[in-house]
Amino acid sequence: MNTRALPLYATIVIFLLAYAICWLQFPAILSTRVIANLLTDNAYLGIVAVGMTLVILSGGIDLSVGSVIAFSGVFIAVLLRDSSLHPLVVFAMLLALTTAFGAAMGFLIHRLAMPAFIVTLAGMFLARGAAYMLSIDSVPITHPFYDMIQNAYWLMPGKGRLRLIGVLMLLIVLAGMIIAHKTRFGASVYALGGGEATARLMGVRQGRTTILVYAFSGCMAGLSGIVFSIYTGSGYSLATVGTELTAIAAVVIGGTLLTGGAGYMFGTLIGVLTMGLIQTYIVFDGTLSSWWTKIVIGVLLLVFILLQKGLLKLSQSRLAGGVS
Amino acid sequence: MLLSIRSLTKTFPGTLALDGVDFDLAAGEVHALLGENGAGKSTLIKCLTGAYHRDGGTVALDGAQIAPRSTVEAQELGIGTVYQEVNLLPNLTVAQNLMFGREPRRFGLIDTRAMRAEAREMLRQYGLELDVDRDLGNYSVAIQQIIAIARAVALSGKVLILDEPTASLDAREVEMVFDVVRGLRERGLGIVFVSHFLDQVFELTDRVTVLRNGRKIVTERTADLDRMGLIEHMLGRALENEVEQQSAEGADTTHPDLLHFNGVGRRGVIEPFDLTIGQGEVVGLAGLLGSGRTESAELMFGIRPAQTGSIRDDKGPLDLKNPRAAIAAGFGFAPEDRKTDGIVADLSIRENIVLGLQARRGWARPIPRAEQNRLAEDYIKRLDIRTSGREKPVGDLSGGNQQKVVLARWLAMNPRFLILDEPTRGIDVGAHAEILRLIHDLTDAGMSVLVISSEIEELVAASDRVIVLRDRRHVAELSGSRVVPDTIMRAIAGGGAKGGEAA
Repeated sequence: MNTRALPLYATIVIFLLAYAICWLQFPAILSTRVIANLLTDNAYLGIVAVGMTLVILSGGIDLSVGSVIAFSGVFIAVLLRDSSLHPLVVFAMLLALTTAFGAAMGFLIHRLAMPAFIVTLAGMFLARGAAYMLSIDSVPITHPFYDMIQNAYWLMPGKGRLRLIGVLMLLIVLAGMIIAHKTRFGASVYALGGGEATARLMGVRQGRTTILVYAFSGCMAGLSGIVFSIYTGSGYSLATVGTELTAIAAVVIGGTLLTGGAGYMFGTLIGVLTMGLIQTYIVFDGTLSSWWTKIVIGVLLLVFILLQKGLLKLSQSRLAGGVS
Repeated sequence: MLLSIRSLTKTFPGTLALDGVDFDLAAGEVHALLGENGAGKSTLIKCLTGAYHRDGGTVALDGAQIAPRSTVEAQELGIGTVYQEVNLLPNLTVAQNLMFGREPRRFGLIDTRAMRAEAREMLRQYGLELDVDRDLGNYSVAIQQIIAIARAVALSGKVLILDEPTASLDAREVEMVFDVVRGLRERGLGIVFVSHFLDQVFELTDRVTVLRNGRKIVTERTADLDRMGLIEHMLGRALENEVEQQSAEGADTTHPDLLHFNGVGRRGVIEPFDLTIGQGEVVGLAGLLGSGRTESAELMFGIRPAQTGSIRDDKGPLDLKNPRAAIAAGFGFAPEDRKTDGIVADLSIRENIVLGLQARRGWARPIPRAEQNRLAEDYIKRLDIRTSGREKPVGDLSGGNQQKVVLARWLAMNPRFLILDEPTRGIDVGAHAEILRLIHDLTDAGMSVLVISSEIEELVAASDRVIVLRDRRHVAELSGSRVVPDTIMRAIAGGGAKGGEAA
């Protein structure tokens, strides 16, 4: 068996096990209502995690996304409040802006040969600051178009409301899977994550790939911002602090190697749902502090890091055995 | 001629890496490129693959002048390369590696099924039946090497450069790779084969070109050469003056034992060896590149911990688990690659010299500046380091003077046993003799020295005793009147029966 897929299988097994445990305690958790809410509540996280997955696969990191989501919300809210532009026009402007922002960070990372950590850290402060500049208050969004999207859902059997943003998240994951696994660009991303020098020898255009990866992440952060603004109905510059770290956690729990080069887009979806499930469990329980979410996520992260280290050791020793 | 190189020249600051080298490669031949470290093999290859830009000379492929500026461009021209370190990605599947950049597509998306089929077909030509969907990293290095060859041939298809492709393979795997290479020769490719393993050269290649110090020494048909002749070409035999007398002089003095290495070894690195170092003695390690010279020294200095054996001096056993312990035991080691392992290029001569001493004192007790100045001035004078001042960055000095700074650092710590790995590499001839003289001065003062060198004459000039290594084993110990180039050369060549593989 290919050891590469083991973390993905582990993720899926852990998710199913966790779900089964929750179901034993609260049978109601296995209903279309809960599942639909799981998708809706975590739509923004899932979308931004798709972008993050690609970045991490390439061997990088993007710390700016949480701030970009907050900026997006404020940007939309302020523009809709102060102008008569249609939300779709505002969305297009925003996506162009965040994509360009990501591309610029990618350009700097490649051109200056700077660690992605530092460049995107600067981007994080920049985007957060820009959000404060637009407004420090929470700006409510009242637009008939927003009401329409917010109320757009498909009533599943069992009275679960599958909302538009949940569906959008699933579509984005699907698109992410195609980009990562079915295009030459995706192959280049894996190659870069596997080893920059070797990738260059094999003909990867490093600059182009790096810029595209961060542009994609910026675009996903913008889209996530749109979804978040629909979800909350407002834009607030203090929102989604630390979301970039939650997204990174989801990607790693989803079985992607933090050093890049190995992982699956689908695993990220499972990672996001696992984190959502923990939260749902705590809500169901009612007596637990919501901080337990963080503790469980911390433990899960640790488990996955150990798992990946173990697998690495395993494949190395097997290889050594094969050679001699 | 498929590829013809005329008077290729390449200079780096301070050194002439290639000096008017001619090289011809015919279609359907395997041409070995040999030479010790620093001979210019890799520079020549890098000029061909576009990693370096040549300073002079011409390169013609199929009669047309070429000057590739990148590996990708060289590939498009028809020159593919496979390096010692497999240059594919272990985290991608075999099929992805083979087809990378040329994946068959349907509706803009990669057609995985077609890619798989094509990859399988490519490997079938090399007699390999693999699951191409598995990660490359799951396969042995030999298989990875063949996959790398398959990819290089598919991309370029005229000239294939194999840069030590067998360095980490065992005998059976080497055969596997050789069969593939022979198949490609029959298909009419021109193959450049770089290797340290002479048996492999004799087994596989049609012609041999030997480089030494950036110059072409000879090109001959492999069948017309014997091992001895080849080694003479590689190591050079221009006997220098003063050599004979010094070796005669050091022959009959006896040295009280200082250190005993008993059965020191490490699996896959060097076979267990016994070695006794006498006080005030110079012991030389001779052997071809890859024979285990540096590895022996690394074990003796604790850079790689020994798995077997024991080390003791007259006071009792020593535990050399790391260089720190070795330094504490009074050892010193001037490494082969002084640029990366020896000097700190941005620091001044003074800072480089006091570095070791300061490290031993600990950071809490800085050496007073006046003392530092005195030390630096002292060694600059004693070792005749040519510089405009003690505050000059070491990186600005010439190779020989850099080497003297490294020596000065160790001497400042007053070790009892100093290991010098290729102390004269990349140093001009004048400085050469100076370093040798210095070694004699040191041993006269009671220090013991271990010298590793590819240059037999240098070993003969410096050493009281010479240990000869072959295939990661200490095979002979020569002392007294037997320390002469001929005997050493013969011991290096050995029986010639076996020993090509790195086990």
